[in-house]
Amino acid sequence: MKIKGQSKILLEEAGAMARFTGVFFKETLRPRYEFKEFFRQCFLIGYKSLPLIALTGFIMGLVLTLQLRPTMISYGVEAKLPAMVSLSIVREIGPVISALIFAGKIGSSIGAQLGSMRVTEQIDAMDVSGTNPMKFLVVTRVLAATFMMPVLCILSDTISLYGSFLGVNIRSHMSVSLFVNQVFNILNFTDIIPSILKTFFFGFAVGIVGCYKGYNSKHGTEGVGQSANSAVVLASVLVFVIDLIAVQITDLLGYN
Amino acid sequence: MPEALYQEKNTTKGITHAVIEVAHVSKSFGDRVILNDFSVSLQKGENLVVLGRSGAGKSVLIKCIIGLLRPDCGSINVLGNDVLSLSKNELDKLRQTVGFLFQSNALYDSMSVRENLEFPMRRHLVDISKDEAEERIIEALTNVGLAHTINMMPAELSGGMQKRIALARTLILKPEIILYDEPTTGLDPITGKEISTLIVEIQEKYKTSSIIISHDMKCVATTADRVAVLSDGKCYALDTYENLKQSEDKFVKQFFE
Repeated sequence: MKIKGQSKILLEEAGAMARFTGVFFKETLRPRYEFKEFFRQCFLIGYKSLPLIALTGFIMGLVLTLQLRPTMISYGVEAKLPAMVSLSIVREIGPVISALIFAGKIGSSIGAQLGSMRVTEQIDAMDVSGTNPMKFLVVTRVLAATFMMPVLCILSDTISLYGSFLGVNIRSHMSVSLFVNQVFNILNFTDIIPSILKTFFFGFAVGIVGCYKGYNSKHGTEGVGQSANSAVVLASVLVFVIDLIAVQITDLLGYN
Repeated sequence: MPEALYQEKNTTKGITHAVIEVAHVSKSFGDRVILNDFSVSLQKGENLVVLGRSGAGKSVLIKCIIGLLRPDCGSINVLGNDVLSLSKNELDKLRQTVGFLFQSNALYDSMSVRENLEFPMRRHLVDISKDEAEERIIEALTNVGLAHTINMMPAELSGGMQKRIALARTLILKPEIILYDEPTTGLDPITGKEISTLIVEIQEKYKTSSIIISHDMKCVATTADRVAVLSDGKCYALDTYENLKQSEDKFVKQFFE
């Protein structure tokens, strides 16, 4: 009985979210376009997440290199360390870790912001003053998250590789040109393009979930906390689900 | 409903015609009936106070009038427009002439006072020049006595000041009708009195017609031309403040005690 009730809630939530996504696409295509607010959101979402994503990217590259080094030495392929790390970072770890950090920072921030706007009637005030809140608040944030996520991922990958270069040079010596050469010898467009493409979907998932949870926030300030929390949880799960689907697609297309 | 208490009077302050007509409106949330065959009208130039207990459906009523909520049945006519049959664009156009003061003020907390006041103009008055917009902002802020707060953020203002700024934002489009949702709730008696006086001043200066949701009897006494008492989703009583104050009806008396 309890499982049946929970399944019903889950399906209702999925349906409501699908409808919300449908309205998002409809409002995205219909004029008037809120360019100014879109660029403001790009700045807030992209620029302000950069330090956190850069820091985690750097640590990720450094730690991965230090952890992999003993194993690579035991197989006698220490020289292949940059190739191994770069492939791991660019294909999988970079996009997924960046997306998870992005979900934590941006998903919660959008959920809490729209949630508090909902409970303090600011969204209703916007509606009354002739501005479509779906367009002004949701479309701009979701699009900004969708377009900023790949940019952040590319920056994070680059900084990760710098961290990896430092990691290699802690215990041994390798020139920058040799490191870069090894990295670009192993990486193909079939590694880079699918990994960048999936980050658009990661960004979209984080944006739409954050907006959906915040926009439909209820029950006062407690509801705002719940919206922010559930936005992060759901967005993080969706990142893994999208990653799983993306891997299957690239596998089917023969890019793995 | 006692028939003797429910009277539509068209005599106060030289009233000529209804600017809002709410007829047989019902609204439920799930099994909970909020409005049940509710009817009332607002005459041009008058202040109509809707009085009722908390949760009686007062805010639901004005949200139905402005189109934020859709009633289950009935009709709502605002300035000759049937609100329920308007398209989104037509509703937006109508909202230019109807101001709404939210109970929680609903100031955009990420924007300064100036940006808060500019916001309604960005959609409704797209062709307005920068100088004219600035003039309107200064005028609206001067009306509420807070011209010096133009560059401040809402979080830097007291509750009473926020209410005044919200009122200035409502006035920026020079609406013909203003809907006030509990304008004095949460304010100290002195500030509450100032806001009530401001409502009357605005009515006199801009010849606005207003529906004021309140259970603050001092505000009701200051602002009301007529008072509608809402109970069980219906218009229980409708008369002038003085007449209702003299009423022998047990329920109505409770508000004036």
